[in-house]
Amino acid sequence: MNHRVAIPSPLRSYCAGEATVTIACAADSLSLGDVLAALESAHPGIRFRMQDEQGHLRPHIKVFVDADVERDLAARIPPGADIMIVAALSGG
Amino acid sequence: MARTAAKHPAVKRTESPKRTRLLIATRKGLWTLTTDGARRTWKLAGPQFLGNIVHHAMLDPRDGKTLLVAARTGHLGPTVFRSTDNGKTWKEAVTPPAFDAGSGRVVDHTFWLTPGHASQPGVWFAGTSPQGLFRSDDGGANWKGVAGFNAHPQRKAWCGGDQDGTPDGPKLHSILIDPRDAAHMYISMSSGGTFESNDGGADWHPLNQGVRADFQPNPDLEYGHDPHCVRFAAGNPDRLYMQNHCGLFRLDRPATRWTDIGTGMPKAVGYVGFPMVPHPHDPNSAWIFPMDGTDVWPRISPGGKPAAYRTRDGGKTWKRQADGMPKSQAWWTVKRQAMTVDRFPVAGVYFGTTSGEVWGTRDEGRSWKCLAAHLPHIYAIESV
Repeated sequence: MNHRVAIPSPLRSYCAGEATVTIACAADSLSLGDVLAALESAHPGIRFRMQDEQGHLRPHIKVFVDADVERDLAARIPPGADIMIVAALSGG
Repeated sequence: MARTAAKHPAVKRTESPKRTRLLIATRKGLWTLTTDGARRTWKLAGPQFLGNIVHHAMLDPRDGKTLLVAARTGHLGPTVFRSTDNGKTWKEAVTPPAFDAGSGRVVDHTFWLTPGHASQPGVWFAGTSPQGLFRSDDGGANWKGVAGFNAHPQRKAWCGGDQDGTPDGPKLHSILIDPRDAAHMYISMSSGGTFESNDGGADWHPLNQGVRADFQPNPDLEYGHDPHCVRFAAGNPDRLYMQNHCGLFRLDRPATRWTDIGTGMPKAVGYVGFPMVPHPHDPNSAWIFPMDGTDVWPRISPGGKPAAYRTRDGGKTWKRQADGMPKSQAWWTVKRQAMTVDRFPVAGVYFGTTSGEVWGTRDEGRSWKCLAAHLPHIYAIESV
């Protein structure tokens, strides 16, 4: 099942500048962590910038699955759901 | 500790370099300032990594062309960028510094980069916030934690909690490799203190006797101090200079008790600051840049009158050097990595300010000139 993943501008350097990439996942029932792992396989280096070494999303990274915010990487992703990664408010 | 060192101080003057380049790490990217052997005109170039918080940029003196940059952004995790062609092209580290999975610890940012010993090409060390020590054996492409420190049974006691760090997070910094012995190292931590290893980082012991810790109920602690910057004296790795949260200190090994060298500073200025910059050729000489550590710790130039202070006698006396700097209403300061020297026989000294100015002297501090302005908040300057 494919998932469209929207990439925020701070992470597009890992995806050749693309705002959206499509991740092909073999299994039908995937966790959010599985999708991010597949994203890392296709675009090496991207995961550590948004997920720390203890496996948690970094504080200013938000992930939407379709219209809902999801921070639990074990959460199951509906087949074909759109994923949107957002670099949430931070800076100064 | 017996090491085969030539006795110092033998002041060794070198020939003038053909040029000097300053690597300027800022809150919003990396810039460079370059000059020729005359050091009269400077060319500003950059930015690279615009928008990245660049904590440190360092050249590998062993090959003269590998550059590492420690960076992060407000949103994204910390990483290290590498160039093997002196900054023309860059690649990101494959595995940036990160604590072991399951340790519960997360690297917020890489703060300090130190090239390894001359006998170990490709080896680099990195210090992070919170306090962690990391090593790369391949020129900064892949990093692993130094277990002898990160997993040391005393590490947590040494470092304290998050409240024991700086406002921007506790840091491991001032990674010093003894040029005579790759296995002999020092690290310092804000907070935690200064530590020594005689076995390449496999084990560590505190080295803080004589250093004040006024912010602790017991002033004679074994560890828990706040050294801001620790450097080797020129040509003499048995002499260390320290700018500490609570004063200025010098250690002459094999002694293990630091000597207070802040008593010669004017009381109105005090002995608080961030950087400690030894002269490139004279082990008795060093510069500091005091800041206001009174009251609520404004951390600005005392009285709005910035000045460097120089010692020529190992810290017994300090002389104010401010000719050319603003005489009043200048409320910036200089962070611990943001002051450096070049290698000219008559040394150039350079510093970057929290207000984005780069200042320099080509006559060892007798006169200062603003070399660049309007840059972002400057975190670090290295002369390469």
